[in-house]
Amino acid sequence: MSTRVEKPPAAEIDRPTRLQLYQLMVELRDFEQRAYELFLENLVRGTSHLALGQEAISAGYAVAMRADDYTFCTYRGHGHTLARGASMAAAMAELLGRGNGMLHGKGGSMHLTDVRHGAMGSYAIVGAHLPIAAGAAWSAQVRKSGQVAVCFFGDGTTNIGAFHEALNLAVIWKLPVVFVCENNQYMEYTPIRSVTAVEHPAADRASAYGLEPILVDGNDADVMYERARQTIDMARNGGGPSLVEALTYRHGGHSRADPAKYRPDAEVREWLSRDPVTRYRERLLAAGIGEAEVNEIETRAQQKVDAATEEARNGAPATVDAIERQVWSDGGAAWRN
Amino acid sequence: MAELTFREAIAAGIAQEMERDPMVYFIGEDVGAAGGVFKATVGLFERFGPDRVRDTPISEQAIIGAAMGAAMTGLRPIAEIMFSDFLATCWDMIANQVAKTRYMTDGQVSIPLVIRTANGGGTRFGAQHSQSLENWAMAVPGLKVVAPSTPADAKGLLAAAIRDPDPVIFFEQKSLYGVKGEVPDGEHVERLGEAKVRRDGKDCTIVALAAMVPKAMQAAEQLAADGIQATVVDVRSLVPLDTRTILREVVKTGRLFTVEENPRLCGWGAELASIVADECFDDLDGPIVRITTPHVPLPAADILEDAAMPSVERITRTVRGSMR
Repeated sequence: MSTRVEKPPAAEIDRPTRLQLYQLMVELRDFEQRAYELFLENLVRGTSHLALGQEAISAGYAVAMRADDYTFCTYRGHGHTLARGASMAAAMAELLGRGNGMLHGKGGSMHLTDVRHGAMGSYAIVGAHLPIAAGAAWSAQVRKSGQVAVCFFGDGTTNIGAFHEALNLAVIWKLPVVFVCENNQYMEYTPIRSVTAVEHPAADRASAYGLEPILVDGNDADVMYERARQTIDMARNGGGPSLVEALTYRHGGHSRADPAKYRPDAEVREWLSRDPVTRYRERLLAAGIGEAEVNEIETRAQQKVDAATEEARNGAPATVDAIERQVWSDGGAAWRN
Repeated sequence: MAELTFREAIAAGIAQEMERDPMVYFIGEDVGAAGGVFKATVGLFERFGPDRVRDTPISEQAIIGAAMGAAMTGLRPIAEIMFSDFLATCWDMIANQVAKTRYMTDGQVSIPLVIRTANGGGTRFGAQHSQSLENWAMAVPGLKVVAPSTPADAKGLLAAAIRDPDPVIFFEQKSLYGVKGEVPDGEHVERLGEAKVRRDGKDCTIVALAAMVPKAMQAAEQLAADGIQATVVDVRSLVPLDTRTILREVVKTGRLFTVEENPRLCGWGAELASIVADECFDDLDGPIVRITTPHVPLPAADILEDAAMPSVERITRTVRGSMR
């Protein structure tokens, strides 16, 4: 294989950035854990797809992005949306179907969006948001705004047509977009390697579009942050798109309905030992950051999630006036006079 | 007033809006130097340059997806899908993404996007390049659906669609591209959601769309010779639908005929029949009759295609038979 996994960057990342990365990862971890507990209480209806174990990718990119950059993500998108600064309480309330939800109950877990923070949507049809992200990048390019679009998607996406159409368009138009494949090893319930022509579903396809194959450890926040900076800078400076494959692992199943029994125990153990959050904690301590400071970050994250949960639980249920609202820009749903 | 062909009126409508608003961009396959395979966009590339009039690869998902992403972030794109049959290759983008995103985010996102597409039969292209499928778009909440019948409307309704803050699927009937008609000079913008009475009669109301409008007009002439005075209403916009005008004309005449190029099932006329039956049943003097293409994919040979699509002769015969 020409592609190989990158080593952690030798260059030192400054201390405030590292603390920010850790804080974000802990918050995303705690949010997803809480969401899972709320399912068990039967407070979350419908489905939900947790990104437990994939926090380093969301955090690494979000910390490297400019406030007006665009994020496009999938139905496994709680983390990416929150990482841009969207309200945790509004996200939690949306999961609970409350009127104070981020989308007032109209989107649900799979569609979290907060455009004020550049979180341009969570898309639940595999592959659809890659061309859309390319379009946002096209708009940034012609408006000369300097914005970059970052588009996160799973390994399963690399086998759908929209992936290939979007990459080709992004390259020929030299668009400021970064495509980030979160290879968590499984497309829903099936090992990605068993349904894909190449070993690395994204990186091994990069050369087909004239792009550098990039394969990184998606469970290492430093690696992700450095890669994010490099790919975003390149896009912002007119260097065109990148395709990054970040190796990671879902700690849980595909969705709430999936106990993930199909995964070998040894494999799960191996990946849990590479948990991005505990690993980064150890790295911070080894770098001389005091345990009290790390504990403080963890306590604050827990308090933030508690407060968000409380606010969400106290929200009134979504109201039925929302049903015929916002089909059109006039705020309504009228299709006849 | 200048006399333009329908295809020239399309180019004139795009040019008018690109001149007016620098955020209007136009993308599609062969739309640049080639001027479009139907020559409906001739001159735009030369006038507005390769940045604003952009050729794309044969990637319909990328065309619509990119147009949507751009529309969400400040542009007003026009995307061309060469044949409406190809909408099937990007239907996820249209039906799931373009149509639903505003609703799902409760209004966080606006998508001012026009998808132009050459629609319908009469060109002997066979079933994969000829279907009239405005009813696909009509069935999706969140899409406006427009189909002009004259060069003046081709320009005026297209301009209105481009200025509209919501996604519009703009169907251009291929069989109309060569038709000539008067188009007002200077800026010309119509309103979406207004049907137009093209002919006044007292005996029955014929409601038609796009290429079926001139056929309905010719049929009305022949019916007049038989002593049947028909009103002809041009629907122009399926969503929003001007039921007020249509119901008023049906009430006046007591009879409704629809003329639809689409295959039979779930054509727009079926929805109209339901509305009329529901809201002015007591004003009807006879059954509502739909004149459509049969529920088949369209055949290629001229004799078969002509016989499948509603013709002036079939409209005349059907109305006459039903009015007897």
